[in-house]
Amino acid sequence: MSSSQPDIPAPLTNLKFQYTKIFINNEWHDSVSGKKFPVFNPATEEKLCEVEEGDKEDVNKAVAAARQAFQLGSPWRTMDASERGRLLYKLADLVERDRLILATMESMNGGKLFSNAYLMDLGGCLKTLRYCAGWADKIQGRTIPSDGNFFTYTRHEPVGVCGQILPWNFPLLMFLWKIAPALSCGNTVVVKPAEQTPLSALHVATLIKEAGFPPGVVNIVPGYGPTAGAAISSHMDIDKVAFTGSTEVGKLIKEAAGKSNLKRVTLELGGKSPFIVFADADLETALEVTHQALFYHQGQCCVAASRLFVEESIYDEFVRRSVERAKKYVLGNPLTPGVSQGPQIDKEQYEKILDLIESGKKEGAKLECGGGPWGNKGYFIQPTVFSNVSDEMRIAKEEIFGPVQQIMKFKSLDDVIKRANNTTYGLSAGIFTKDLDKAITVSAALQSGTVWVNCYSVVSPQCPFGGFKMSGNGREM
Amino acid sequence: MATTNGAVENGQPDRKPPALPRPIRNLEVKFTKALSFQKLDGHIPRARDALSSGFHTGVWGECALTCPAGARLLCFDPIRCRLACFLGNVIKMVSTSSFPERASFPIFINNEWHESKSGKKFATYNPSTLEKICEVEEGDKPDVDKAVEAAQAAFQRGSPWRRLDALSRGRLLHQLADLVERDRAVLATLETMDSGKPFLHAFFIDLEGCIKTLRYFAGWADKIQGRTIPTDDNVVCFTRHEPVGVCGAITPWNFPLLMLVWKLAPALCCGNTVVVKPAEQTPLTALYLGSLIKEVGFPPGVVNIVPGFGPTAGAAISSHPQISKIAFTGSTEVGKLVKEASSQSNLKRVTLELGGKNPCIVCADADLDLAVECAHQGVFFNQGQCCTAASRVFVEEQVYADFVRRSVEYAKKRPVGDPFDVRTEQGPQIDQKQFNKILDLIDSGKEEGAKLECGGSAMEDRGLFIKPTVFSEVTDTMRIAREEIFGPVQPILKFKSIEEVIKRANSLEYGLTAAVFTKNLDKALKLASALEAGTVWINCYNALYAQAPFGGFKMSGNGRELGEYALTEYTEVKTVTIKLDDKNP
Repeated sequence: MSSSQPDIPAPLTNLKFQYTKIFINNEWHDSVSGKKFPVFNPATEEKLCEVEEGDKEDVNKAVAAARQAFQLGSPWRTMDASERGRLLYKLADLVERDRLILATMESMNGGKLFSNAYLMDLGGCLKTLRYCAGWADKIQGRTIPSDGNFFTYTRHEPVGVCGQILPWNFPLLMFLWKIAPALSCGNTVVVKPAEQTPLSALHVATLIKEAGFPPGVVNIVPGYGPTAGAAISSHMDIDKVAFTGSTEVGKLIKEAAGKSNLKRVTLELGGKSPFIVFADADLETALEVTHQALFYHQGQCCVAASRLFVEESIYDEFVRRSVERAKKYVLGNPLTPGVSQGPQIDKEQYEKILDLIESGKKEGAKLECGGGPWGNKGYFIQPTVFSNVSDEMRIAKEEIFGPVQQIMKFKSLDDVIKRANNTTYGLSAGIFTKDLDKAITVSAALQSGTVWVNCYSVVSPQCPFGGFKMSGNGREM
Repeated sequence: MATTNGAVENGQPDRKPPALPRPIRNLEVKFTKALSFQKLDGHIPRARDALSSGFHTGVWGECALTCPAGARLLCFDPIRCRLACFLGNVIKMVSTSSFPERASFPIFINNEWHESKSGKKFATYNPSTLEKICEVEEGDKPDVDKAVEAAQAAFQRGSPWRRLDALSRGRLLHQLADLVERDRAVLATLETMDSGKPFLHAFFIDLEGCIKTLRYFAGWADKIQGRTIPTDDNVVCFTRHEPVGVCGAITPWNFPLLMLVWKLAPALCCGNTVVVKPAEQTPLTALYLGSLIKEVGFPPGVVNIVPGFGPTAGAAISSHPQISKIAFTGSTEVGKLVKEASSQSNLKRVTLELGGKNPCIVCADADLDLAVECAHQGVFFNQGQCCTAASRVFVEEQVYADFVRRSVEYAKKRPVGDPFDVRTEQGPQIDQKQFNKILDLIDSGKEEGAKLECGGSAMEDRGLFIKPTVFSEVTDTMRIAREEIFGPVQPILKFKSIEEVIKRANSLEYGLTAAVFTKNLDKALKLASALEAGTVWINCYNALYAQAPFGGFKMSGNGRELGEYALTEYTEVKTVTIKLDDKNP
């Protein structure tokens, strides 16, 4: 039926990057400083184009526009809630129309497999927009039976101007995860896409205008974290900031919010997510799912299952077959059909991952396959599997964000729960078992914002997503 | 510069009102079955595919209305319909002639068109001209059985409909809204022909309501959430909100398509299948909607439409043992029969939206201009044929005389006439039976001593038209103050104190809506809580929204339509409890 996936077309070969400026008030602006920054293709290390570099002054301009659009009596504030929903639906239709352009862009700029970009990222974008569109006129307050001669009711009002700082691993999807609920509730936004991947958000800016959102409702300021990002987090006239990225930067943002105007903060940060495979699991499925849970998008997922706990009795076989699976990758340009692994996003990430792989070797984990770079251009890393990993090694504690799988052994349920929870992170977790009791008990015991049972990375707009502990504050979707 | 999507260059939504729509004239309604061109295997192409690939590919749909050369073409095939209506072309019909032309509209079951089992047909009339529009296949028990069978098959576990993602259910409803919007002028024309309501009302009020309701419930489809519940003991407990099953819907003739959509949209949103009986006076728009449901791609059997009469097809639905839920909008008298039949058969869930004798209370401190106009529209809208009609206007003593005088002025100015004329505010009553009943009640008002301020009789020169009528000095015991009139008759009563008017307003067995006109905050909230009515409008009237629930207290109904509340009528709650070895904290 209509839930089936569309056929995948060939990526565009002549993609032009025509939207490279700052988007404020439904208009394109040069940066106040006159600076631009280069944007690269991580598969070839070639420069794709230059983009206007936003900084504090540009953020100020964007916030002023967003504030203006949020004024009482403005077209946006007086619009029917159902009409806000209509605009989001219309935006979804336009994104669907430009799906091929956006998927190609996402693949070229983000090093993401084209098929994944087309099906998963863009599919998620459409669902997110349509889901949030439906909420617009269903955000209901309550009437409350208060004591005495009083009549009480609540109104659920938009927060105001929302700052949103995006990551580079799912550039467009995270953009829509942020703007769709914000707009559905009637806020205005100032968005800073990641400096590595600003292009798809800027393309969608034109669609936002085409859909008919009033000027100033969505503003996009490409730029760097320490400049434009910092300006957003510490801005006195931004009411809320949402950030997806590293835990390290997340802490800076919450600190800046505290030091400035106590703006509301939601954070979706790092993870070191445990995946627990019990001996009674369907092994075939568990192998493939745990593999994808780590290697999907070159390991560059906040939910990456980078601590795989396998029950003792099946450990050796599980490792052997995981290595077989990891060796099947074809590395190369993510636009090329047949390629199954693309490059890491940039040199910094690439070097960090290689450093962690070295630490694994030094600290005594057993390197089963991979373990080094690949090719002579682009930021490619061989799919890597470590066995005999122990909990105190760096590769078992730190977020790697690369194609590096750690497989650990466990003996008892209580033991594995304790070990799985022994981290400052708490974003997601996976369990593989056919035992109903184990599934429910472990789900309840894990300190994690999401628990997947016999599946992984099943993220849908209907379900909330976010972290326990230092993996985040608040929930998205 | 305007862009094609209605946005202008600076991104401001284009707020220009749309050009006044025009009804489709010279419509000869005639049914032709199966004009097929290169039938693709079981695949109904999207309209745009068929259009882009030319006229001679794709399936032309199974039924079409034809017209003589020179007149506009209206057909059940949305592709051709759009061409005809919006491009103004008359398209030459190329028929394979394998099916004879017929003069009657068929029954819609399993996304196919059927003749009635009995072979019987009934006529539907244009109440403005009293001319027959066309004949319709007359469904009865065997046809309802067939429809229920199809609906049950579509509801089977593992069926395409049951396996469809909730989000995709929502998409289908959204696409249905798009098609209703595309064919808005056609549907509004049909509605006016069949019901006599002014075309502009049909276009701007009925069709607008349909489109918004479809879109609203489209959004709910994937937001119907169960709960996890912190039960005692070593158990996990959660609820699933599941569709009820096959839902029967019996719809009225006053807002034929809108009332159907009020039932269809939440039912489909929750994943049910439906069997609909439209009112025998007004079956055409419902059947047209059937063709859109098919075009949009709802699986066969999800929606089935059986035109027919209440005592036969309607009774078959209410007493059907395989129908799990029934929704009825109509008179309180028939509502009681429906609930009784449900009890005698299978205790199917029942929601009823029935009659009203709705108080409209005008306090002396009100904005009188507003109150006069709202009370006037409140009772005269749709020829008075509204369950929400403001048919007991209580006016505070100090402003009573003024209110009556101004109400009479309004009523005298109300343009009555051809519903296709853009100036017309009031068309004919729906049929002779209603017409006679209204005139009888008007006579009773005169006899019982109410003061006839204006109107009080039929238009001399025409069929079912009644002059806008205002009675003053009406008392609570008169028939016109107690019985639902369902016609253009405004009874105005006097009151002295708030406590008194609350008691009088609540004294009837009805409790559908009430309205209050006052500028005083305390009075407004006091009346809002004191009035026994499912809806209370303050300083407004007929303010109905897809987002807000609607339904009656007391004998005006059971259950609620619209809003999130409607979802509870179309879902069963299942509690799942799982025993565990240990207590989960």
